[in-house]
Amino acid sequence: MEEQDKILNEVTQGEYKYGFVTDIETEIIEKGLNEDVIRLISSKKEEPEFMLDFRLKAFHQWQKMEMPDWAYLKIPPIDFQAISYYAAPKQKPKYESLDEVDPELLETFNKLGIPLEEQKQLAGVAVDAVVDSVSVKTTFKETLAEKGIIFCSFSEAVQEHPDLVKKYLGTAVPSTDNFFGALNSAVFSDGSFCYIPKGVKCPMELSTYFRINAANTGQFERTLIVADEDSYVSYLEGCTAPMRDENQLHAAIVEIIALDRAEVKYSTVQNWYPGDKNGKGGIYNFVTKRGICRGESSKISWTQVETGSAITWKYPSCILIGDNSVGEFNSVAVTNNHQQADTGTKMIHIGKNTKSTIISKGISAGLSDNSYRGLVKVLPNAVNARNFSQCDSLLLGDTCGAHTFPYIEVGNKSSIVEHEATTSKIGEDQIFYCNQRGISTEDAIGMIVNGYAKEVLNKLPMEFAVEAQKLLQISLEGSVG
Amino acid sequence: MSSVAEKIDLSLKLTGHYNEVKEKLFEGSPDIINNQRKKAFQDFIMQGLPTRKNENYKYTNVQPSFAPDFKYFHSREQKDVDLHEVFKCNIPQLDTHLVLLQNGWYYEGNSQVGQLPEGVILGSLGQVATSHPNIFEEHYSQLADTSEDALLALNTAHAKDGFFLYVPKNVVIEKPIQVINLMQADVDAFVTQRNLIIAEQGASAKLIFCDHTLNPKRYLSNSATEIFVKENARLDCYITQNQHNRSTSINNIVIRQERDSTIKTNTITLHGGLVRNNLKVILDGENCQADVFGMAFLDKNQHADNFTQIIHAKPHCLSNQVYKNVLDEKATGAFAGRIHVVKDAQKTNAFQRNNNLLLTDEATMQTKPQLIIDADDVKCSHGATVGQIDEEALFYLRARGINEKDARLMMMNAFAHEVVQNIDVEPLRERIDDLIDKRLQGEISRCHDCDYNCEC
Repeated sequence: MEEQDKILNEVTQGEYKYGFVTDIETEIIEKGLNEDVIRLISSKKEEPEFMLDFRLKAFHQWQKMEMPDWAYLKIPPIDFQAISYYAAPKQKPKYESLDEVDPELLETFNKLGIPLEEQKQLAGVAVDAVVDSVSVKTTFKETLAEKGIIFCSFSEAVQEHPDLVKKYLGTAVPSTDNFFGALNSAVFSDGSFCYIPKGVKCPMELSTYFRINAANTGQFERTLIVADEDSYVSYLEGCTAPMRDENQLHAAIVEIIALDRAEVKYSTVQNWYPGDKNGKGGIYNFVTKRGICRGESSKISWTQVETGSAITWKYPSCILIGDNSVGEFNSVAVTNNHQQADTGTKMIHIGKNTKSTIISKGISAGLSDNSYRGLVKVLPNAVNARNFSQCDSLLLGDTCGAHTFPYIEVGNKSSIVEHEATTSKIGEDQIFYCNQRGISTEDAIGMIVNGYAKEVLNKLPMEFAVEAQKLLQISLEGSVG
Repeated sequence: MSSVAEKIDLSLKLTGHYNEVKEKLFEGSPDIINNQRKKAFQDFIMQGLPTRKNENYKYTNVQPSFAPDFKYFHSREQKDVDLHEVFKCNIPQLDTHLVLLQNGWYYEGNSQVGQLPEGVILGSLGQVATSHPNIFEEHYSQLADTSEDALLALNTAHAKDGFFLYVPKNVVIEKPIQVINLMQADVDAFVTQRNLIIAEQGASAKLIFCDHTLNPKRYLSNSATEIFVKENARLDCYITQNQHNRSTSINNIVIRQERDSTIKTNTITLHGGLVRNNLKVILDGENCQADVFGMAFLDKNQHADNFTQIIHAKPHCLSNQVYKNVLDEKATGAFAGRIHVVKDAQKTNAFQRNNNLLLTDEATMQTKPQLIIDADDVKCSHGATVGQIDEEALFYLRARGINEKDARLMMMNAFAHEVVQNIDVEPLRERIDDLIDKRLQGEISRCHDCDYNCEC
């Protein structure tokens, strides 16, 4: 009962509660982007030659590219020279124990409710915390190392496991893949790296927590997950940012490589600052996420709850190369006020008997626009491929928009692809029913929305599911009437 | 062959052609038509001939179809032959007001139009523009947005003649009007056809559009039709496409509905090298209904792309779309359907379905059903499937003693019949059912009644 009251309280507050700024010394390089900046970033991170080459190649390609405009989004022009491409908490980024971590920083993570302290064993989550593009602390490293699992910041991986990084970096998202992908490849500062060896089932959830703190910076992190044969890992990602009046750019890359019979579960609760009620400020979230099911019978599943960001533009995808591999995409995207989201997935069926499922639930309120955009492509050799897609949209209020743009391309006769989409609003009879039983309209909508999104929320690990439910309610706060 | 270079080349070629025949285009056409030409052509130049980079033409490459050196028909060609002798529609019991067009031009020897109710204006677009300038000016090129589609712009720039129909207030034309465009040339030909149809308040008419190629030359037909359906009017429009495999058919149809009106369109593609159907329906009044159906039955290297836009501009309307494709051999099919519910078009019901059967591994289907919804009190859905015949249903039939071949035929017939049954002209419906049946049985692999066996 008490728990419920707490949730209710939080709901009625209804403000973005992560919007504080932490007062820690930050090292920020000059604004602007050119080759020197990239060399500077690379040298700051003491990277080997191959990394610099990788960055420069991406940068040269990026210079030739134009920002794409095909999404159903209104994006104000972005001045890429007005952004600082590197910001890091000033203290030396390597910590031996928690005592060495800046107390301010620890306080930040406590406020966010992230179990950085190792004594919080019960939470059972290993966390890699990334503030302003630099990995601050990775917990449970030793426990994981016993099993042979490598879970560390990206820069550390570059230093300590260069062969693995070299082997897999850019294999799912090539450095020249798309505009924001290329930008990230050129300037990414840190991120997480995870390698699960053959036959190992990761005993705990791995988690990365991203936080933008400094002003006028962009966050460009990169996550690389490699699951070797017969391994399993469940990976969580969370993110928050302070409330600022100007827009900040977040262009990340997540790469997942699953080898034979490996399974990777990637869950995101995206809660970047969405801007205020008048659409001022907020994060531009332009992310490239892609997984490759390279081995036979491998499986990658994406689960995302998108409630934050002024503009979201992301399509977590699966490339199903291995025979019998499986891709899954489960998404709940909520937009309110002036938020815009164009999100969905790509399922590329290449191997035989590959299967994919897409469940997308869009909820729009306020003056927002929420689009699903997805591609299901079955290549001629992908015999017996199977896809089922379901995209539902819920509209709350008559000033918002819900859009669906599926693309289906089938190249052989033995494959079956199905797509379904519906758009509707919450039935007045449903709300009336709740009202009648003493539930206020606002709570009733919260309940109905949660029920509507349940199918996806159920796929989230427990801790996340609770957080996601609360988030849903907060995001829709004030959208009634 | 880089597509960019090609795009520039072909666009330049068409620009060159336009400048060359400019005088001829303007000559003999009334100002109302000529006034649109210049802007339309500018719009065409701005957009260029679409490539697959153009989102709307992602699944259809029209470039190769524009490559040959075509003969154009920018002025009426006099022929002494009686077209009624050359071509006879052989659908049994089909009793229609028959209108023939020759290479996009209204045939002057039309003698089988028959008796029409008083006040109905039926005739050549070019001539009506002069004889009824008021009606014409009010409607011509009001729906065709040349800045939206390059090929529509090209049509408007080239337009000289076509079919015109005006049905006055409360007039009902009982018999269907059949408009057949015969393509006949001794060299490869580019045919432009421009139609305008106006159904006044409470009027009702049924139209059947057919295209026929009379010899195996390469034809490119770029046609555009604007249809106005006013308050409480009803219009049915059936389009059958049956051309040989080297022809290209581009159809742009734009329909605007006013309140309480009803339309039905049914596009049946039985043959054709490359077929592109753009259909845009604007439900611009309350309580309108639009039923939009289509089916393509393709084999060899044929390609059909149905591109529809249903715009719900006003509240309380209903739209219903069903498109089906059966693809055999190396055929490719595409469907792009967009339902756009404009802000404040509340209580909209909009449904769309696209089902496709692939019969071989070489056939491909690409579908892009889209919803853009800016109002909240709506019921909208779309569904798309690509696959084969349901094995369970097949088993059910076989368990009842029907052999596999017959069972398959039965199911494919049923698959197609869902679209065909919406043709309200019985003889035409039976004929198409019959043709599909024959096609499924493999009896005819070419156009019915065609002596040329073009296996290209």
